[in-house]
Amino acid sequence: MEISTRHSVLGYLRRNPALVLGLGLLLALLLFAVIGRLLVDIDTAAPLSAPPYRPPSAEYPLGTDKVGRDLLSVMIVGTPLTLRVGLLAGVLGVGFASVLAFAGAYYGGFVDAVIRLVVDVGLTIPSILILILIAIALRGVNPTEMALIVAATAWLWPTRTIRSQVLSLKERAYVDVARMSGMRGREIIVRELMPNLIPFIVANLVNTTAAAILATIGMEALGLGPTSHPTLGMTIYWVILHAGVLGGYWWWWLSPVVIIVLIFIALYLTSVGMDELANPRLRRSV
Amino acid sequence: MWAAGYLLKRVAFFFLIVWTAATVNFFLPRLSGQDPIRERMIKQVQSGRAWGKGIEEMVEVYNVKFGLDKPLWQQYLTYLGDVSRFDLGHSIAFYPKSVKEILRQALLWTIGLLTTTTLLAFVFGTLFGSLVAWTRAPLWLRSLAPPIMTLAAIPYYLLGLILLFVFAFELRWFPGHGGYRIGTIPNLSWSFVLEAVEHAILPALSILLSSLGFWAIAMRGMMVTVEGEDYMTLAEAKGIKNRRLFFDYGLRNAILPQITSLALAMGYVFSGALLVEVVFGFPGIGTVLFNSIKGVDYPVIQGIVLTIILTLATTTLILDLTLPMLDPRIRRRA
Repeated sequence: MEISTRHSVLGYLRRNPALVLGLGLLLALLLFAVIGRLLVDIDTAAPLSAPPYRPPSAEYPLGTDKVGRDLLSVMIVGTPLTLRVGLLAGVLGVGFASVLAFAGAYYGGFVDAVIRLVVDVGLTIPSILILILIAIALRGVNPTEMALIVAATAWLWPTRTIRSQVLSLKERAYVDVARMSGMRGREIIVRELMPNLIPFIVANLVNTTAAAILATIGMEALGLGPTSHPTLGMTIYWVILHAGVLGGYWWWWLSPVVIIVLIFIALYLTSVGMDELANPRLRRSV
Repeated sequence: MWAAGYLLKRVAFFFLIVWTAATVNFFLPRLSGQDPIRERMIKQVQSGRAWGKGIEEMVEVYNVKFGLDKPLWQQYLTYLGDVSRFDLGHSIAFYPKSVKEILRQALLWTIGLLTTTTLLAFVFGTLFGSLVAWTRAPLWLRSLAPPIMTLAAIPYYLLGLILLFVFAFELRWFPGHGGYRIGTIPNLSWSFVLEAVEHAILPALSILLSSLGFWAIAMRGMMVTVEGEDYMTLAEAKGIKNRRLFFDYGLRNAILPQITSLALAMGYVFSGALLVEVVFGFPGIGTVLFNSIKGVDYPVIQGIVLTIILTLATTTLILDLTLPMLDPRIRRRA
């Protein structure tokens, strides 16, 4: 058998086009932000740095908005800002969820029952409503605080899915073997369960990040975002607030919409691809 | 005896949600250590804006109920009492108006829009999803799958922005703002209903198009599983007609998890629809929420949060209670 690792990775990626396409799109968005920063003066993302309401031209490739932000700079600054908020909330959410899921599913009993009840109740209440209540208490947030607020509800869904996965794993024979050979609870979690769950947790991270970005943009569009930062969601808010669509300023909303849609499609494809990686049983059907 | 225990559990869960909603509604805005409602009212009184006239009266009532001289737990109990009587207080921005009055109208618009679109999306999405999984379905239908499933990844309101531009601004086929023409007084005549429907088409379409894919994706997965079952092969071998095979053997067995997820999806649909309303200026809960956030009208915001959760909890309860009638497996488990 002379299959090199490099060869098999390439071979696998060929069989999983969704993952390649998704990660490729994300990479392209990041490159856009990085290269953009080098080529464009990002200070023009601030108001009053250009004439208002200019359609796309050689000087302003994506046009300018009502208060004279250069929309190309706004996109270059806003894209990584929005991605970062989502990723931070996603990591915090999935991290907290993993701890809860492991603790609850492994030790069972009262702890688990409480965790399950809180998750069941929490998932019935739309998280955007909880986020709105938090945001109105702390008026005027910056993007990092935004991520923390979104993380406050981002852990609910991953807790449910990771918990049920841990429950099914702990019934496997190798966990019994570990237990019989004298491993303690914490040791079994760290050495036996975690390594097997990592692909699953990463797949969850992608979904949670997508949900966090959805929540962030939703809150921003409602007017609860960081008003002095040019994120993608805030751009949507300004468009809605100033009736930019019916005013005919198509360039104002087109670029943020296109980038947000690309982000969601990229994360969706990555998640489909990760699912396939984490859950080989799906392989025949998709 | 499955019924009594199951019923009790679901009803208890309903009250747990309502209580959580009320508790969260009371404590979260006070997170910063202050009472933002009081602060806002004081500001309003000091500025003496004309539209806040008579608000002193509200401050008095509020102080009697939630005065600073009272301990927090007592204020909390007062609040729970108010909630149980569905007393949501008064709007700060439109003072003499009660929050209930403002929400009653808006809720009708929202529920009208959401029930129609959710039912349509559920029926067509489910049907479409199972046809996509069905190997004997026509090819043109199955080739529609990727675009429709991609639409599911786009938030409703962004689709709304695009539809608004294309159909209201460029083509001018549909009105782009509001729930009826400016100057019309809402009434129950045919012409008004037609006018409302005309205004609702674009918001409804934004929700419909992107939620179709959501149902289709879930249904496709279930249908693929069911198609692989032995009884399907047997039924096919017995020579059962294609149509019957699809509806009675396949769809009927695959559809049950869809109905369960209907309860879970309602929250998602609600949150997405809030912003669709804002995009189209549709006179529902979402637009009221947007304006209350802009006007820092806390009682209205809290009222909306409570009303939405109450609506969702009721929907969930109804679905939970009808589900065992449809699925004998739940009856046995409980």
